[in-house]
Amino acid sequence: MALTTAPGVTRRPGRPAPTPQRSAARRAGLGRRVRDNLTGHTFLIGAVACFAVFSWYPMVRGVMMSFQRTRRGETTWVGWDNYTRIIADPSFWTAWKNTFVFTGLALVLGYAVPFFVAILLNELRHAKGYLRVLVYLPVMLPPASALFLFKFYAYDPSEAGLFNAILTAVGLPTSEWMQSPTMTMPAMVLASTWMNMGGAVLIYLAALQNIPGELYEAAEIDGAGVWRRIVHVTVPQTRLILALLAMLQIVATMQLFIEPLILANGAGTQDSATSVAYLIYQHGFFQNDLNGAAALGVIMLVVLAGFSAVYVRLTARQD
Amino acid sequence: MAADLTTRTLISHAQLRRGRGRILYWVLLTLVVVTFTLVFLGPLYWMVTGALKSGQEIAQTPPSLFPRDPQPQNYVDAWTNLDLAKLLFNTFYYATGAVLFQLVFDTAAAYALSKLRPVLGGVILGMMLATLMIPAMVLIVPQYVTVIDLPIVHVNLLDSPFAIWLPLVANAFNIFLLKRFFDSIPEDLMSAAVMDGASPLRTLWSIVLPMSRPILGVVAIFAVTAVWKDFLWPKLVMPSPETRTVSVGIYAFAGGTPQNVVIAASVIAAIPTVVLFLIFQRNIMSGLTTGGLKG
Repeated sequence: MALTTAPGVTRRPGRPAPTPQRSAARRAGLGRRVRDNLTGHTFLIGAVACFAVFSWYPMVRGVMMSFQRTRRGETTWVGWDNYTRIIADPSFWTAWKNTFVFTGLALVLGYAVPFFVAILLNELRHAKGYLRVLVYLPVMLPPASALFLFKFYAYDPSEAGLFNAILTAVGLPTSEWMQSPTMTMPAMVLASTWMNMGGAVLIYLAALQNIPGELYEAAEIDGAGVWRRIVHVTVPQTRLILALLAMLQIVATMQLFIEPLILANGAGTQDSATSVAYLIYQHGFFQNDLNGAAALGVIMLVVLAGFSAVYVRLTARQD
Repeated sequence: MAADLTTRTLISHAQLRRGRGRILYWVLLTLVVVTFTLVFLGPLYWMVTGALKSGQEIAQTPPSLFPRDPQPQNYVDAWTNLDLAKLLFNTFYYATGAVLFQLVFDTAAAYALSKLRPVLGGVILGMMLATLMIPAMVLIVPQYVTVIDLPIVHVNLLDSPFAIWLPLVANAFNIFLLKRFFDSIPEDLMSAAVMDGASPLRTLWSIVLPMSRPILGVVAIFAVTAVWKDFLWPKLVMPSPETRTVSVGIYAFAGGTPQNVVIAASVIAAIPTVVLFLIFQRNIMSGLTTGGLKG
């Protein structure tokens, strides 16, 4: 990406043609060039200021805060104190365990299901628009609204609850849902998947439509059945999107927050719902420990960076 | 439909139009339509009608499919007790502002990065895109500390709509989407205007923006839904009851309010985004799938 061309330097072949602004600038000399750059930066200033104040600076500040301690308005550097304190918190490991279990379960359910739903929808020749609208509808609901629905109606532990009524109707034992420590995570994954899968389905559908039909044709002539066509044509043809969405989903589910907050009142039965993000919220805004919360944020960033590194390695090797 | 028939997918069309394949296809189609309606529309039906039931009816076993004695009063209670008019107005106000701020600043920035290309533009773009890698939860604490005492000017933005509007401008996805769209506008189209001596602002306003309506629409719709769905950030930066968004307001009342009234409020809170979706479903879906996933 060439930004400017110095006056007198001949354009090398193969470079993109200069924009009208830039060729005009070269003719008009230095004063004009400075002015054009100034115009460009004026257009940028609003967005850059917002990025600087609300993104770039907080990033640096978060790391700084994690090594500081503010008491009675005085900030001192305390080395790794915040980290040792936060790791010593008994909820620390529970929160990580819960977050990983949620991410893992969400990958099994929330990742495989949208892919197969997309394959299914792509095969249907009727009611396409209707089905797409249906799948995406929950994505448009405010999460708080949808989660109150799950909390009060679906996960009601008595037999008046929607899910328990269905279970009773088909002769299965009922569940206590959010009041049972073992059901808390699956229940949260179910609610979260219902709310969020629409986006993934639509993205997969778009990717499936780009697969050339000849590939299926050839596979069928070679005697490949439906399952083998999925494994040998559909999956390889969409692998980049599959990998990207896996990555995005891991990043999103690791930030699990509103599900425990609303469905489980935060920690849940026997701490079964506490997540890392909820712990950040607790430390930062209830225990008056913004520095500890910042340290936890940095730990989370490092863990997610680890996942990103694995993703980059895996996708780079495939090409 | 006609175009669809020419592309083949996993299973060939011929197979689906003859004999056993045909029957199987119709059975599957019916099954899918029924299942999806139950799974995705069913809960919404349950929500709307459940909020019409009385306290006793909601607790009865087995639950009733239709409210036996509909209680519209639950919706009225939700509207008045939670002051939903105020909450909805607040959310609407924040959403509108967010659209304007994002459209003005992000469009200007993307235009500069795409067409004016000033010195260091590439570096700035890179630094913007890098923020896509940072999860929101990691930044929540330092962002909050920044908002309660803005650097240099030392202003506290708590309870000010700017605490919602300005951080939303820092949206790298918007910049990326808009820049990619502007990149596809041929230079020739603009050179005529430049030759006529039109200023960059003039070129943006009368040539680039009119061509970019679809993408601007997508950015605007996503800005509205993002504000409407957001929870933690507005909960932190809008602590007073007078400035709350609708989701935060319902959450704040949930503890001391009957369940059916909370659900009724949740239904009302969801209506604007659902209506928006039904009107703009095509734009939303195409925006989602063209949104930079080709890279």
